[in-house]
Amino acid sequence: MTNPLKPSERMKIPRQHSIEQSAEDRIKNFFEVSFGLNEELALIEAKRCLECKNPVCIEGCPVRIDIPGFIKLILEKDYVGAVNKIREANYLPAICGRVCPQEDQCEIVCLLGKKHEPVAIGKLERFVADYEMANNLFQTPPITNHIDKKVAIVGSGPAGLTCAAELAKMGYKVIIFEALHSTGGVLRYGIPEFRLPKKILDIEVDRIKKLGVEIYTNFVVGRTATLDELLDEWGFDAVFLGTGAGTPNFMGIPGENLSGVYSANEFLTRVNFMRAYAFPETDTPIKIGKQIAVIGGGNTAMDAVRTAKRLGAERAYLIYRRSRTEMPARLEEVMHAEEEGIEFLMLTNPIRIIGDDFNWVKAIECQRMELGEPDESGRRKPVPIQGSEFVLEVQTVIEAIGQKPNPIIQSTTPGLEVSKKGTVVVDGVQQTSRPNVFAGGDLTRGGATVILAMRDGKLAAEAIHKYLQTVETKKEAMITNKK
Amino acid sequence: MYKIVNKQQLSDIITKFVIEAPLIAKKRKAGNFVIIRVNENGERIPITIADADPQKGTVTIIVQAVGKTTKLLCSLNEGDYILDFVGPLGEPTPIQNYGTVVCIGGGVGTAEVYPIAKALKGAGNEVIGIIGARSKDLIILENEMREICDQLYITTDDGSYGRKGFVSDQLRDLIESGIKIDGVYAIGPIPMMKVCAEVTRPYKIKTYVSLNPIMVDGTGMCGGCRVTVGGKMKFACVDGPEFDAHEVDFDELIMRNRTYIDLEKISDQLYENHVCKLAGVK
Repeated sequence: MTNPLKPSERMKIPRQHSIEQSAEDRIKNFFEVSFGLNEELALIEAKRCLECKNPVCIEGCPVRIDIPGFIKLILEKDYVGAVNKIREANYLPAICGRVCPQEDQCEIVCLLGKKHEPVAIGKLERFVADYEMANNLFQTPPITNHIDKKVAIVGSGPAGLTCAAELAKMGYKVIIFEALHSTGGVLRYGIPEFRLPKKILDIEVDRIKKLGVEIYTNFVVGRTATLDELLDEWGFDAVFLGTGAGTPNFMGIPGENLSGVYSANEFLTRVNFMRAYAFPETDTPIKIGKQIAVIGGGNTAMDAVRTAKRLGAERAYLIYRRSRTEMPARLEEVMHAEEEGIEFLMLTNPIRIIGDDFNWVKAIECQRMELGEPDESGRRKPVPIQGSEFVLEVQTVIEAIGQKPNPIIQSTTPGLEVSKKGTVVVDGVQQTSRPNVFAGGDLTRGGATVILAMRDGKLAAEAIHKYLQTVETKKEAMITNKK
Repeated sequence: MYKIVNKQQLSDIITKFVIEAPLIAKKRKAGNFVIIRVNENGERIPITIADADPQKGTVTIIVQAVGKTTKLLCSLNEGDYILDFVGPLGEPTPIQNYGTVVCIGGGVGTAEVYPIAKALKGAGNEVIGIIGARSKDLIILENEMREICDQLYITTDDGSYGRKGFVSDQLRDLIESGIKIDGVYAIGPIPMMKVCAEVTRPYKIKTYVSLNPIMVDGTGMCGGCRVTVGGKMKFACVDGPEFDAHEVDFDELIMRNRTYIDLEKISDQLYENHVCKLAGVK
């Protein structure tokens, strides 16, 4: 079915909004904030697509999903066809439909957005993925080709999962090595249930397993076995590294080692990954003050402050040294946080955390900032205002000021080129300085988005395929020599 | 899932487990630890590897039942499985021939110093062992230590076995006796390690301790195990767990380890009640 409406009529339809839990309700639970679009709303929204001859939205998508193509299939009510169209480019649509920053990618370039609001591409993606899940319509794509080569994937986050899925579909034997006891990387330990339910992640991971991918948890590459051992002793022909950026940065201010100060990583890992919210039913504890402060302006900061609110914080402050416009967090998350009563302290910089007699946090001292000249990031640099110091009473401080890659693999792998920032250096096709080792995601970017990690994983899969098709692997050389 | 192939009670509250974990057995070195999670609702806790047999593919851990998780672990039997067992983690002990090294174990810390003493002996050192505990029944690995140490001293707080007093008293006497000591490894409760560090400090004897801060992942991801060493922030799980004892801020570590003390008590109490109820049914 083609869209019966003329472009002028399509433009008159307002952008459809997801059904959401009210802020009042959702701060008392960890259920998903947004329920997405229902079928009726999705059909209205799909009608808004102008079906541009030159679909710039595809260019805006890091994994190049055929966006007008899948929207057209929604109009035809072929939802499974639509999700499969997405899956040609991205094997994890239910995840991307939830956590992708569409407003900076496909939707920002949508022509409709010039005068009106852009098509809600992300919400349509989520709708078809959820429809397929709810109705149990997923079918594992048949793997027709079998290639007698093995690829090791290190890390089961978005980069690793995507790379694994793509290689498995091509016919490779793929094994994922995960350091933690469960899969998903940042999708599980970092992103809270209210943005990405674990059930959705479990289903997506299960679908990757159904492609024949094996997953070894509790396996720390660099410790349990080195990367070179995987290649030389375990018989892998190539390796993809997707170990993320898991090492938290700390500000370096006095009082950071007081009890009650957490890295966002520790805080979120305790709550999301170890389910500390259910203590003492679960054994991992967490403590939340009546007043809490999260430092930072990214998505992790938003996740942490909103999680703290749900754990019972009465006053939850978000402290950020620049202004609202410089905040790297998704607009949607900022708005959700605001609705939930998070108090934003912009242009504010913590200078000291103050402890009580028991070495517990009792307050944080901050100073006001103003914006000066642009810095190397192009954003206006915050400069302290003299004499503006003030003390804020808090019992919990969570630092969400960025992460850097975990150094375990880099330090145990000779010949792997690493940048000054600790990221693994790759070329345009994600190949590292070691020809049979590829890498992507936050490990090479140093802290980016889920979708860019997926893009890297996908690109690396193509490059690994090309490499393994053209290079004689050690195993093959041995066989040839024997002959 | 990781199978318990052998369980041995070393005292009322200290249990030795031999666990099937061939990859870890092959790779582990003295000073490494594992992170374990007993069951689905369990927390992740670090436990030092006491020994390993790469041929049999087994790893030995020694656990003192002090809170819910360790009590739950100690209640498991031969043939049972531990849900998660990951490692070997941490930087291994730098083993070389220093000359004469004193290896001190306090309480269950003896299980941690034993593999180090063994490796140091293997590297040609003269090893003097000091092991201590509150009382005789809590002295562990005496025979194992005796086998590898050139001299072994035993102390108990109550004098029920060996010398009455602390391991640090024995260490002070050894130093004052004038023998040349090239290094000290002291592992046990934090106050014990702190005192040992103070004993050796005036003599500038290189002293190492193995720290046991609160840990979640054990791979450098959470920063929960951060300690101050030489005025700098270090993550015990990846930068340690062994550090120069003269540089460690022990007081901060003691404070940080108390972070969840009230919640740990709640958890422990619920577990005890649960165990009592089960016993009552029988």
